[in-house]
Amino acid sequence: MANLLSIKNLHANIDGKEILRGLDLEVNNGEIHAIMGPNGAGKSTLASVLVGNPNFEVTEGEVTFEGKDLLELAPEERACEGLFLSFQYPVEIPGVSMVNFMRAAVNETRKHKGLEPIAASDFLKLMKEKRELVDLDSTLASRSVNEGFSGGEKKRNEIFQMAMLDPKLAILDETDSGLDIDALRIVAAGVNKLRRKDNATIVITHYQRLLEYIKPDFVHVLYKGKIVKSAGPELALELEEKGYDWIIKDFQD
Amino acid sequence: MIETQYIDLFTEHRSLIDSKSTKVLNDERNKAFEIFKTLGFPDRSLEDYQYSDVVKEFIPDYGFNLSRLSTQTNPYNAYKCNVPELSTNLFFLMNDTFHKEHQPKTDFPKGVFIGSLNDFAEQHADIASKYYGKVAQLENNAIAAFNTMFVQDGFVIYIPDNIVIEQPLQLINILTANVDFLVNRRLLIIAGKNSQVKLLACDHTVDSHKFLATQVTEIFAEENAHIEFYELEENSNQVTRLASTYVQQEKSSTVLVNNITLNCGFTRNNYHVKLNGENAEATIAGVVIADKVQHVDNFAFLDHAKPHCQSTQLFKYVLQEQAVGSFCGRILVEQDAQKTIAYQTNNNLCASPDARMYSKPQLEIYADDVKCSHGLTTGQLDEDALFYLRARGIAKEDAKLLLMQAFTADVLKLIHIDVLRDRLEELVEKRFRGEEARCGDCAICK
Repeated sequence: MANLLSIKNLHANIDGKEILRGLDLEVNNGEIHAIMGPNGAGKSTLASVLVGNPNFEVTEGEVTFEGKDLLELAPEERACEGLFLSFQYPVEIPGVSMVNFMRAAVNETRKHKGLEPIAASDFLKLMKEKRELVDLDSTLASRSVNEGFSGGEKKRNEIFQMAMLDPKLAILDETDSGLDIDALRIVAAGVNKLRRKDNATIVITHYQRLLEYIKPDFVHVLYKGKIVKSAGPELALELEEKGYDWIIKDFQD
Repeated sequence: MIETQYIDLFTEHRSLIDSKSTKVLNDERNKAFEIFKTLGFPDRSLEDYQYSDVVKEFIPDYGFNLSRLSTQTNPYNAYKCNVPELSTNLFFLMNDTFHKEHQPKTDFPKGVFIGSLNDFAEQHADIASKYYGKVAQLENNAIAAFNTMFVQDGFVIYIPDNIVIEQPLQLINILTANVDFLVNRRLLIIAGKNSQVKLLACDHTVDSHKFLATQVTEIFAEENAHIEFYELEENSNQVTRLASTYVQQEKSSTVLVNNITLNCGFTRNNYHVKLNGENAEATIAGVVIADKVQHVDNFAFLDHAKPHCQSTQLFKYVLQEQAVGSFCGRILVEQDAQKTIAYQTNNNLCASPDARMYSKPQLEIYADDVKCSHGLTTGQLDEDALFYLRARGIAKEDAKLLLMQAFTADVLKLIHIDVLRDRLEELVEKRFRGEEARCGDCAICK
């Protein structure tokens, strides 16, 4: 059986500048992968490229998702196929209510699977259940998407959306940045509750802190657009202790 | 000169025009005619008409209905408005004639007059002459002068002191003819002290001919009167609408004017609001959705003549294809108008590379203790927001639709009649989807 996600020799540019330079990664169901690395290594670029952000240009390599060529798909098709990104900087959209936003998103994914639109009562039940998972209150539905949300609320809102859409592969891009310890616990608990044998998570983070709550199976170090080291969870601790220098010194120009 | 044909027409048919109208209206014609002859139509050399060539709209050869022949269409049979609860108090202007048959049977409180301008001017000449033509500033508005020269009927709402009309009134302006046609409509809304009234005026076109409609609306809000005036334009692309709305507000009155341009050919809306008593509050708002080669120009002039008044202007445009939009908002704070609060916002979305928007805020402040602000933005759809929606599985076109709807949402929120707001949100959504945004069961539009 094909890997859930398979990345081979991925090269990607932004504004003509090469950020990813031959990245390989394989992710299977049931796994949590952590991608760590110093600033500017290409962590967020990887996330953006995977979900199809049009600001990035793939110049080489291939990415398959359940055997399908991911790079051929529009961002919305990738989402409907079960790919989810928790944005590092969630976008504020004044005038679009969370309830309308989520109804549209849920129904689009259902349509993609050949399902009827969700019944109104089922939808409201689902909203309630999932927002409670990340401790968001009932005013959420009527609020505009991320507008006026605190930093912590925005990140919890990302996990709420993840819970609503139930993706096969979730990518958490610096979900821990700007979070206090309580919010971090809520977010991590949410992610852990959503973990199943038939889905997977990529956690992109700068610090080891989040990995105390979300236990990865694999830790990768990304540097200069390539994965330069992969190991088990113990690598995160080692990085916390020694920094990145001992790994990246061999790859410096 | 384009004016000549209209000057000749007026001179030749003056007695016919007068004979089919009433004294109150006829008394204003000489003055209007003199002004029109002096000013001529406003061309683009005038700053306020820089971006809208209204003169060329008068070039085609239009028919007039000066002898007031009645139209064949029975609007009541043809028109079924699909805004529940609103459809009961329905009135019609067929071109520029009040439709007297089949008026609603509602018993309005004693003293209230809702109906034909001519009838009102005959039955209540004293009140009519006190208000008619008294707030429209013809000397600065040749098209309003033109309207005053030719106008022979219109629609009046007169609410005496202390009377509240709970249920919204609805006026349907229907354009129908078998030749290219010019109509001159007149609306007069008088709300006495402590009175309240709400009016929705809808513009519909029945025939595919070219129409030019001038409209002058005069609104008087006496002390503590509350008026809501909604306008919905759903004309064909062959219609030119040149409208001027004049509002005079006394102490503690509130007036809301909310204009939604859903479909049109060439539209120019002027708003002149005079806050003439302390603690008066005016909100002038508009949504414009335009595509093809539609042209929409809103011009708002808020005159703060007295202290402690508040005004809000909120105009939003969504322009697609080769549509052209123009907005000019002027706030004048007179020397005595201390503690004025005046806000102006104009946000525009050019959703195609060919769409054009001209926007011009103007503040003229002579008092020293005031709070005034203006903000205007013109841009494209937010790419980050668009991507965010798509990343959640929402198809690009649907995501655009959500964002365009969201963009207009705050103007629609100003509509205080729930059923109307819901209906309009629906119509706006349809319009963005590219479906014919027609009023549901409105047989006339089908």
